[in-house]
Amino acid sequence: MKKNVRIVINGAEHRAEVEPRLLLVHFLREVAGLTGTHIGCETSLCGACTVLLDGMAVKSCTVLAVQADGRSITTIEGLAASENLHPIQEAFWEEHGLQCGYCTPGMILCAHDLLQQNASPSEQEIRDGIGGNLCRCTGYQHIVNAVKAASRKMNQRQRAAARAAD
Amino acid sequence: MASNGKNNGKAKANGQWVGKRFKRKEDPRLVRGISHYTDDIKLPRLVHCVFVRSPHAHARIASINTEAARSQPGVLTVITSADIEGLGMIPCAMQMPDLKIPAHPALAKGRVRYVGEPVAVVVAEDAYTARDAAEMVAVDYEPLPVVLDIEKALQKESALIYQDFGTNKAFTHAMKSGDIEAAYKKADRVVKVRLINQRVAPTAMEPRSVVAEYLPGENRLTIWASTQIPHLLRTQVAIMVGLPEPAVRVIAPEVGGGFGSKLNVYAEDGVVPWLSMKLARPVKWTETRRESLMVTIHGRDTINYLELALKKDGTILGLRAKVLADMGAYHQLLTPLIPQLTALMLPGCYKIPAFDCEIVGVFTNKMSTDAYRGAGRPEAAYDIERIMDCAARELNLDAAKFRSKNFPQPREFPFTTAAGLLYDSANYQQSLKRALQLAGYDKLRARQKAGWKQGKYYGVGVSTYVEICAIGPSAATPAGGWESATVRIEPTGKVTVLTGASPHGQGQETTFAQLVADQLGINPDDITIIHGDTLAVPYGIGTFGSRGTAVGGTAVYYAVEKLKIKIAALAAHLLGAKPADIVIAHGRVGVKGNAKKSMPWGEIILAAYTARSIPAGFEPGMEATHFFEPSNFTFPFGTHICAVEVDPETGEIKIEKYVAVDDCGNVINPMLVDGQVQGGIAQGLSQALYEEMVYNEDGQPITGSLMDYAVPKAAHIPEFILDRTVTPTPVNPMGVKGVGEAGTIASTPCMVNAVCDALSPLGITNIDMPLKPERVWRAIAAAQAAVPPPAATTAKSARTARRTA
Repeated sequence: MKKNVRIVINGAEHRAEVEPRLLLVHFLREVAGLTGTHIGCETSLCGACTVLLDGMAVKSCTVLAVQADGRSITTIEGLAASENLHPIQEAFWEEHGLQCGYCTPGMILCAHDLLQQNASPSEQEIRDGIGGNLCRCTGYQHIVNAVKAASRKMNQRQRAAARAAD
Repeated sequence: MASNGKNNGKAKANGQWVGKRFKRKEDPRLVRGISHYTDDIKLPRLVHCVFVRSPHAHARIASINTEAARSQPGVLTVITSADIEGLGMIPCAMQMPDLKIPAHPALAKGRVRYVGEPVAVVVAEDAYTARDAAEMVAVDYEPLPVVLDIEKALQKESALIYQDFGTNKAFTHAMKSGDIEAAYKKADRVVKVRLINQRVAPTAMEPRSVVAEYLPGENRLTIWASTQIPHLLRTQVAIMVGLPEPAVRVIAPEVGGGFGSKLNVYAEDGVVPWLSMKLARPVKWTETRRESLMVTIHGRDTINYLELALKKDGTILGLRAKVLADMGAYHQLLTPLIPQLTALMLPGCYKIPAFDCEIVGVFTNKMSTDAYRGAGRPEAAYDIERIMDCAARELNLDAAKFRSKNFPQPREFPFTTAAGLLYDSANYQQSLKRALQLAGYDKLRARQKAGWKQGKYYGVGVSTYVEICAIGPSAATPAGGWESATVRIEPTGKVTVLTGASPHGQGQETTFAQLVADQLGINPDDITIIHGDTLAVPYGIGTFGSRGTAVGGTAVYYAVEKLKIKIAALAAHLLGAKPADIVIAHGRVGVKGNAKKSMPWGEIILAAYTARSIPAGFEPGMEATHFFEPSNFTFPFGTHICAVEVDPETGEIKIEKYVAVDDCGNVINPMLVDGQVQGGIAQGLSQALYEEMVYNEDGQPITGSLMDYAVPKAAHIPEFILDRTVTPTPVNPMGVKGVGEAGTIASTPCMVNAVCDALSPLGITNIDMPLKPERVWRAIAAAQAAVPPPAATTAKSARTARRTA
């Protein structure tokens, strides 16, 4: 009945024998011990459990661990290298894009996906882009400001990197 | 102008750190996802439990068969009410002369009275097994008549939820001042309106969670809980499970939002620790979102009959109100308190010579109501601000001028209201004026008039609110209204602050550090705020009622002031000066007027610990505790203005502008205040426009998931234009009033006023919330059917009228 899975999480390989019904979010939290991915609804409506699956944002409460077999996951713990913060994390800090912090990991990973697809989103594109992630504390304005600030930071860094490469 | 949280208006910067936009100390751990909420707690031998809940709103429990569940591999036990005879009742903290408090067992005994009421608990080695086994618990129910509508519940023929009480009425309470009969006799006009304040679900993003670990050898019970009140929870759980209070430790780790819903003691808070004691294993329960919407307290749910007696020039003569409040089936911790707060704040920011208010609490077969962001005050603001708009319209007065006419003048403060409260300080005129300017009020009105002639429905909503905060003087609160703080300057000079005001997203670790940094002339990075652990922190009350800074922060302030006296005494001794001449600033302790005489901060603090040379009578160490008892509440206020356009063909509401001018006294961190205001407005607007906890005729909650219960998304909330006026309170030395609930209180009536204003040419005076397009469209259609369209009808509105006729 149980299945063997091999999932790479934040660059580290995790092997386990799991029930086919085990949700990816439970695999991350209970098997891999990464509790930065939160559960807010278990029905893919709140986005607190958002992670990157092969670089794309998915809600890990509606992905089975067996579906992630052989694939690569990035959780909030793995977004930034070592002690540094990712520019999106920095921007959420600087713009007060969080209060209780519960939706924040999912919100940041959702913003990451949005900025991969659209490096300079407009206010409306940001509001639509984070539409799958709920926040009850902020009224969203500071989150929108944070995503804008992150976009500026990432574009600047990309330009600087391009100049350095020239 | 402050907008978008960037430019922070006129916040008074009265120190190096206080008043500054300072990044939160909490955030690095939160944005990295490396901190811990309750469900993140892992313990060796941890087992999981799942509650079996009633599918009926009212039924007799004929039998419960747990055999099949028990026999499942991995199941440790299955518990029903018969097994928990020793566990105490779920507490209600309120005492009132005629209050009926039903027995509230943690697991239903013989009868269930709302859908979701816990009936049994399954404990298993893992959560999946517990869920599976919970499905196998067979309960035989005999359904009983269901009581849902609070007006019908009070009728003689209604079924009863408690036979013993002989009524569904939980309490009545009257509040009077002045001569209401004389006011009615003198009045040129009495304006009447009936308002429904619908039931809503707080919906913190983190569901509730409890982990309990009992160690029999040590006789020590540790509880991790997602709570706003760790100390009160500890006291209540100790009583429920029968342990001496010192044996119980409550830890509130990161708490993912509360909004009042975690200011409570729930069935699970008692059952999970009890299970850990019985099994001698750590036990975890985490709420699903479905459970959260069903069995975490709800807010609001009142029917309000209001009458305002007026002179034709707009002078208010009297306010009469009857508020019917749905308690749900049982009282939770503060359920009956909430409508009392409504009654107290009904007079709003107006001079009302005569006041007559009756509130009635009613039992129904629903989940309990209790404190939800604003807790009774949003209902009061909604009542008074809605009827103020109705009155302005009936008297053909401008909504802003009419309000202003009835404001007390700034020189009249402290001002005693019709409900007997003493408002501390305010300048309502200034706030209104600023908001009118920011909104471009005159232009909005001109456009509105022009629009009506073209069949365009523009509306302007005004809400001048006042709220009661910094809860509060202990004499006026059910469980103590003070707050505690211990400040310890460690031998290294670093500072530890222990606060009883355990936060859940408000940012006290930052604001308290800013405050203490200024008092001691050190850097906020050298200050650590500890909260939410009853073993570390002296007894405290918690964070709710916009009290964190105004009461908790004030306790910190006074504790630091005590230490400053101690530092001055020691420094005077060591530097050969008078204590009165000691100056503590910029990381040094020195003597006024003598630059040569000073010591580094670290040296003087270490001297207090080494104690080799101390003045006579000096207690070694550097720690002080203060329990701050406030002399009064504080009364923040402000003006919100909203401009909308309503599409008569679809009932859709377009928010064109939202201006908020709030006054919370002095500001410690303007960025955090903006965050509180924005989040608050979003929640209040969302009640006006989207949210409603709906029960069907059988008492089934049918908004039981986030698919059905409309928590707003980013695109549903507009950008707000924010500004502040600053009127410090005399109630505390920092002059801070509190801001956690302001937005929620002001925005709901502001939004509904705007929509009703837009539709006033159709004769529409009220639409009950939430203002979903369908509901607005129906109101428009009904109005158009009743009254022929105005003379200046355009082809478009005539088309609508034909279609809806």
